[in-house]
Amino acid sequence: MELQVEIKGGAMLVRLAGEIDLAVADTLRTSLEEELDRNPGVRNIVINLGGVRYIDSSGLGVLLGRYRRISGDGGRMFIVGASPQVRRIVEMSGLLNIMQEFPSEADALNHAG
Amino acid sequence: MEPVNRMRVEFTSLPANVAFARVAAAAFASQLDFTLNDLEEIKVAVSEAVTNAIVHGYENSAGGTVVLAVEIRKNTLKIVVEDTGKGIEDMEKALQPAYSTDPERMGLGFAFMQSFSDSLKVESKPNAGTRVTMTKVCARKASSPAGR
Ligand SMILES: Nc1ncnc2c1ncn2[C@@H]1O[C@H](COP(=O)(O)OP(=O)(O)OP(=O)(O)O)[C@@H](O)[C@H]1O
Ligand SMILES: [Mg+2]
Repeated sequence: MELQVEIKGGAMLVRLAGEIDLAVADTLRTSLEEELDRNPGVRNIVINLGGVRYIDSSGLGVLLGRYRRISGDGGRMFIVGASPQVRRIVEMSGLLNIMQEFPSEADALNHAG
Repeated sequence: MEPVNRMRVEFTSLPANVAFARVAAAAFASQLDFTLNDLEEIKVAVSEAVTNAIVHGYENSAGGTVVLAVEIRKNTLKIVVEDTGKGIEDMEKALQPAYSTDPERMGLGFAFMQSFSDSLKVESKPNAGTRVTMTKVCARKASSPAGR
C-alpha cells in the first residue's frame, strides 16, 4: 500500500494505492488518525482511490471509521478515481450513499476545501 | 468420468496471508475459463472468508492455521475456507448484512461472499471452528487440458 496525505485548506487529500486489505488496514487506520490529530482544522476528507488495485471489507471499514470521526463535526468524505472494479465494491458496501463521488481530485477539492 | 482437480493449502493466521490466499485461489480457478470480473469476485470472496478466520476465528492471533481448499469439477469451482477458532455463536445474526460483533467493522464479509458466489454454506461450532463453502459456476465452457 502507498499512502500520501496533503492538507489543502480545510480538506485532507488522501491518495491511496496498492491493495487495501487486512494486511494494511491497521497501518492505514493509524496513519489517518494521526493526520487528523495533527491537523485539527481538517473538516472534510477527499480519498483518491486512483492507484487502488484491490479493496475489501477491511479497507472499507477503515474509510467508514474515519467518516464517522469527521461527520460528528459536520465533515464530509469524498471519493475520486475508483477503477470500475474498486468502485463496484465501494458501491455494494453502501459507502457511496454517504460519501459523494467526484470525477476528479480538483472537483472534489472545490467542494471540500 | 470427469477427473476432479483439487488444491489444498494451509497457512498461518497472519494478515499477510490474505493476499496469498486470494491469489492462490484465483490462479487455480483460472484453469476454468472465468472472466476477469469473475476472478476479481473470487479474490474478494476468498479474502473475506480468510479475513474472518483470522480476525474473528483466531481473534487476530498468529497462532492459528487456516485451510484453503479449492476444487474444480466440470465447470464448477468449489472453495472451502476452514479455521479451528472460536466459532460462530449466532449464525442467523452473523449472516445478516451489516451485522458485526466488531464495532470497527461493517458486516460486509458474508454479503460479499454471497453476492460473488452461486452458493454459500457456513458451518460452525462454538469453540471448534468454522467452515465456509462457496461454489461458482463458470459460464464459459472449460478447455479441458486432459481432453486435448
Ligand atoms: N471464521 C469465523 N469465526 C468466528 N466468527 C466469525 C467467523 N466469520 C464470521 N464470524 C462472525 O460473523 C460476523 C459477520 O461476519 P462478516 O464477515 O459478514 O462481517 P464482519 O467480519 O464483522 O465485518 P466486515 O466483513 O465488514 O469486516 C462477524 O462479526 C463474526 O462475529
Ligand atoms: Mg468479515
